[in-house]
Amino acid sequence: MAFVAIADRDHEHALHDPETFIRKYIWSQDHKVIAIQYALVAIGIGLVALVMSVLMRLQLGFPDTFSLIAPHDYYQYITMHGMIMVIYLLTALFLGGFGNYLIPLMCGSRDMVFPYMNMLSFWFYLLAVLVLVLGLFVPGGPTGAGWTLYPPQAIAPGTPGHGWGIICMLASLGIFVVAFTMGGLNYVTTILQARCKGMTLMRMPLSVWGIFTATVLGLLAFPALFVSCVMMTLDHSLGTSFFMPAVAQMGGQTVHSGGSPLLFQHLFWFFGHPEVYIVALPAFGIVSDLLSTHARRNIFGYRMMVWAILAIGCLSFVVWAHHMYVSGMNPYFGFFFATTTLIIAVPTAIKVYNWVLTLWKGDIHLTVPMLFAIGFIFTFINGGLTGLFLGNVTVDVPLSGTYFVVAHFHMVMGVSPILVVFGAIYHWYPKITGRLLDDRLGRIHFWCTFIGTYSIYLPMHYLGILGVPRRYYAYSDAIDFISSNVHVANEWISISAVFVAATQLVFLFNLAWSIKAGRPSGPNPWRSTSLEWQTPDTPPKHGNWGKDLPVVYRWAYDYNVPGAPEDFVPQNVPPGDPRAGNSPEGRDHGVHH
Amino acid sequence: MSLTVAYFALATGIVVWLILVRKLSARSWEAGPVATVDLDEPRWPAKRVGLWIFLAVITSLFGLFVSAYYMRLNGHHESGPATDWVALNEPPVLWLNTLLLIAASVAMQAARKSVQGGNVAGSFKGLLVGGLLTLAFLGGQLYAWALVRNSEFFSPLNPAVAFFYLLTAVHGLHLLGGLYVWGRTLARMRRENVEVIDVRLSVELCSVYWHFLLLVWLGLFAVMLST
Repeated sequence: MAFVAIADRDHEHALHDPETFIRKYIWSQDHKVIAIQYALVAIGIGLVALVMSVLMRLQLGFPDTFSLIAPHDYYQYITMHGMIMVIYLLTALFLGGFGNYLIPLMCGSRDMVFPYMNMLSFWFYLLAVLVLVLGLFVPGGPTGAGWTLYPPQAIAPGTPGHGWGIICMLASLGIFVVAFTMGGLNYVTTILQARCKGMTLMRMPLSVWGIFTATVLGLLAFPALFVSCVMMTLDHSLGTSFFMPAVAQMGGQTVHSGGSPLLFQHLFWFFGHPEVYIVALPAFGIVSDLLSTHARRNIFGYRMMVWAILAIGCLSFVVWAHHMYVSGMNPYFGFFFATTTLIIAVPTAIKVYNWVLTLWKGDIHLTVPMLFAIGFIFTFINGGLTGLFLGNVTVDVPLSGTYFVVAHFHMVMGVSPILVVFGAIYHWYPKITGRLLDDRLGRIHFWCTFIGTYSIYLPMHYLGILGVPRRYYAYSDAIDFISSNVHVANEWISISAVFVAATQLVFLFNLAWSIKAGRPSGPNPWRSTSLEWQTPDTPPKHGNWGKDLPVVYRWAYDYNVPGAPEDFVPQNVPPGDPRAGNSPEGRDHGVHH
Repeated sequence: MSLTVAYFALATGIVVWLILVRKLSARSWEAGPVATVDLDEPRWPAKRVGLWIFLAVITSLFGLFVSAYYMRLNGHHESGPATDWVALNEPPVLWLNTLLLIAASVAMQAARKSVQGGNVAGSFKGLLVGGLLTLAFLGGQLYAWALVRNSEFFSPLNPAVAFFYLLTAVHGLHLLGGLYVWGRTLARMRRENVEVIDVRLSVELCSVYWHFLLLVWLGLFAVMLST
């Protein structure tokens, strides 16, 4: 097998230990270091977006008290906030951060299969972030076109940042797609080709399944964003008319003619909807593992969970136009896309039932990761139910321009995944640093964040039903239908938003403080079964597994196996080993007493 | 867009069917022996898998470009076909370029055949010729650009012209990326003590990539000729 020999040689190359500081921590090819680099940059830029949201909320809640931002700032911040949170924070953190850290450790490999490309992926990502930030400093400031960047207004005079701002945004997105593709090729290939002995696909933890499927979605969907960015750049800079129609503005006719703004919307949402699941599927996977571990109970319906992840992944490519019900497209399309949108609720509901059934009769430990995981289930159900409203054309049309939509998507793809991110950080921090995050600070962080976000977004549904329009800088008295209690609600929402943002300081303090002062965790503080907790060193060293790769004999959910001496049996415990107990065949369909 | 949807449906359908269905019956909650079906099979090297996944990404990219091409051409239901689309007379040199790229692909295939037979020197020749023909193709594309630039059709406002430049440029950039790997492979083949095992996979993957980009070009050329 000549080919295998070549692959083996490459593997040896990858294992040369880095010696200098720069090779170890800066130009590192180690997946764990790259994961941390990704995570730190993502959290850093996410904080910028968080500050922007606070500034926006202060404007909306107290327009007469705070005059920190002008109308054009408001649109620029709305755009940057949305784009950063969706792409540069959540996508990068789930796939570049957790994907990088967890895939090789959970699959029992030494590293990603293409470590050099993995390193490049991070540096391209950093470049994308820097170009995005550059947009804040160019003449005219960043683009204020809204995160969907719809033409014609995205590049038309009158929109903030229609000059260099939009160019920075488009260039940054293009670079991000390149970075993601390099990373994504690594994640998928590693999962398919570099699993350790015994790690069949159906023994992989659901975190890996979620990250895998999300990466496949990303690899196929991000090209749509790339295509739309390239074509819009040409419309902007070279005067082509892919998207730009004939427009009269500023008393004159623009050079453009005949372009199709609707074409952009199709391309954008062909990326944009799978993007929702690029963020959601890793969260689904990770939360499954958190629930199972902290409820000491095997995940309910593992096979069904895998199927549901795959079904959601496939369906996510045929629902994109439900973002376009009010775009003037053919009404029959609306019927089709409403149907597919409701169908996708089926596998999603299966997952929610299975999470709840995993908890049922479980030995629930209300640890901080578990609190966040349960918080996720609540929030995701809330956000999912409002999705049923908005998925129907007739209900969506009156609601689509209102705060109901803002509340819906923040619940379902803002708060829900970020709760999982927090839970996952509390869960895996001990593996990354060897120390636990402070429990009391963690509980404060959870309850303030959880209750705080509900006090932000629940009233927003109400505002939406009242018809309060989104994207407004201020609601002056001239708008008759805006009643005074809307203003009170807006004040409440803004105070809650500042409170939630401030709460994150507790989390940041905990992250920094616990590196040195946290309680030592030992190798497996949560008594977990999956492979990353079975490494010979904590934190794992370069190459992860010491001399020999692990061998896997069982799935990742052997908790409370009848007859086993402890309430968990790690994946690498062979049948017949005392730790596996007297039941070598494993559990019997998950029934335990 | 419908083309792309069809592609995704097909691609995901095949992937799900081939890779997963036969494995999804595993009762993974039952602890079992180590050896299982998929781990006993000889595995493809990671680089080959990576390339094929990358080809799927490129297919998605060009599929979306072509979808955009047709959607822009046909306009939307109320307004009918786009009125500003002035069909382009594709420069005849594109036919010659197509022949060059076909020849490059043939040379790459010959290089692959040689290296599989253990003949590194022969493979080097094939690879070199393939790359040079590709450079000639790219030169020909630049010449075609100049011809269109000086033709009566030229205007950035004409979407036919804009798509012509865009599609040829994106395809050409992919070839340039291939030429980078080609250069590295050639350099490796010139080293002393080179063994077949060191270059065999690279040559094979180069040939696959070239065949694929030839197919992409044939598809793009057909789309442009037919409209």
